[in-house]
Amino acid sequence: MLADVWLVTNKDLRIEWRSRVTFNQVVPFALIVLVLFGFALDTNRAVLRAATSGVFWLTVLFVAVVAVTRSTMIEISDGARRALLLGGIEPVAIYFGKTLAIAIQLFGVELLMVGGVIFFFDATIASWPLLLATCVVATWCVAASGTLLGALVANVAARDTVLPILLLPVLAPVLIAASRAFDDALGVLVVDGWVWLGLLAAFGIVNATLGTLAYGTLLEEA
Amino acid sequence: MKNIATSVDAATTKSRATQILGFVVLFGVLALILLGFFAAPEDDEQRDAVRMIFVHVPSAFLTYAAFSVTAAGSLMWLWKRSRWWDIVAHSAAEIGVIFCGLTLFTGSVWGRPTWNTYWDWGDVRLVTTLILFLMMVGYLALRAAGGEENAVATRAAVVGLLAAVNIPIINRSVEWWANRTLHQRSSLTDGNLEDLTLFTLVVGIVVWVLFFVWAMIHRFRIGWLEHQLRDIELQAAIAGRRAETANDPTGGSLP
Repeated sequence: MLADVWLVTNKDLRIEWRSRVTFNQVVPFALIVLVLFGFALDTNRAVLRAATSGVFWLTVLFVAVVAVTRSTMIEISDGARRALLLGGIEPVAIYFGKTLAIAIQLFGVELLMVGGVIFFFDATIASWPLLLATCVVATWCVAASGTLLGALVANVAARDTVLPILLLPVLAPVLIAASRAFDDALGVLVVDGWVWLGLLAAFGIVNATLGTLAYGTLLEEA
Repeated sequence: MKNIATSVDAATTKSRATQILGFVVLFGVLALILLGFFAAPEDDEQRDAVRMIFVHVPSAFLTYAAFSVTAAGSLMWLWKRSRWWDIVAHSAAEIGVIFCGLTLFTGSVWGRPTWNTYWDWGDVRLVTTLILFLMMVGYLALRAAGGEENAVATRAAVVGLLAAVNIPIINRSVEWWANRTLHQRSSLTDGNLEDLTLFTLVVGIVVWVLFFVWAMIHRFRIGWLEHQLRDIELQAAIAGRRAETANDPTGGSLP
């Protein structure tokens, strides 16, 4: 099972490594969004610092839509999804494999974005452990929900427009909890970031469980 | 094609029972208007604005009831693969979105004179209801995107359950985030309402429940007729292909 998970993750990461879509398109997209938020929120440093957490995670959600769409497209082209199923790999392994691949790519983008908010938004890091833990857990939450909904819209003709409509409201608690945990990690707000991290973990477990139960059905029927 | 046209023309969603129910709902709405506008007293603090309670609270109650039916119907579709449950889930979602929109609209209109704002981001129930509304709009958008009937039902069922599972988490996150609410405690149980106001509110809830049942029956029957129409069209297409093959001198075989 774990070997199959890694097989699928490795496959998706290898495709990414060869195509460089995340590096060439998603990373610039994330940085452009950050810069545009900088313009939109004025040149006032205090406003920028106060909004940094929300801007960061909102950008991650936009990037996630692009990453999930890309991950879904990989399986649609050339009937790769059917080939995966015929290859005898358990749908659960495919689900976790693809989730892990999206999470690793998103995590890489987030690390670059942390540099972006330090540089552009004058952010200072008060707690690196909390910041990194939030990135890991929230990224898992985004990837777990994204992989499930990506499979769900894979065969929908208007998937490019339907995916954000479905994914973004579902990720509302991730946006809230990750932003508050980041507020603590950046020392912007006096809140207990670790409590928010607990809520993120609960979200991640619930949605990954739902994904485990539903992914096989979606792959075969939808 | 004549058979399809005849079947659709003859189809109706009404029955004697729904007609009677429809008249009861109509009568109930008239009674609610009379009670709400003329019989129920105005509030000491909110004055006439309190009358919004007779629409807002029943709409909110029906929103959660309708989406619970959608979640139950979704679960049953995944379990039993029964078209009946799929149509129940879809029907309840459509009606629930209307009730949810009405809840948000009446709440905002009510909020302006009482809270001095149409919208407050710090209010847990307001924000949670908005996210639920957006999720269910996504559910309907997914359904409207079309596709093979069973595939659409399965996709929609997963989204229906995803919304149901995530609502407690969203509620919790918004509650922690805002840590306050402008909403009063339950109007039905806090004992602060005048007798006639409470009576009118209960009448409002009963009328809205009856309207929900009436709308559900009609929407379900529309869904069922659509399903039958798809079957008839499929059968007609298959019969057409068979006729083409029968008239083909080669018997439809490849050279």
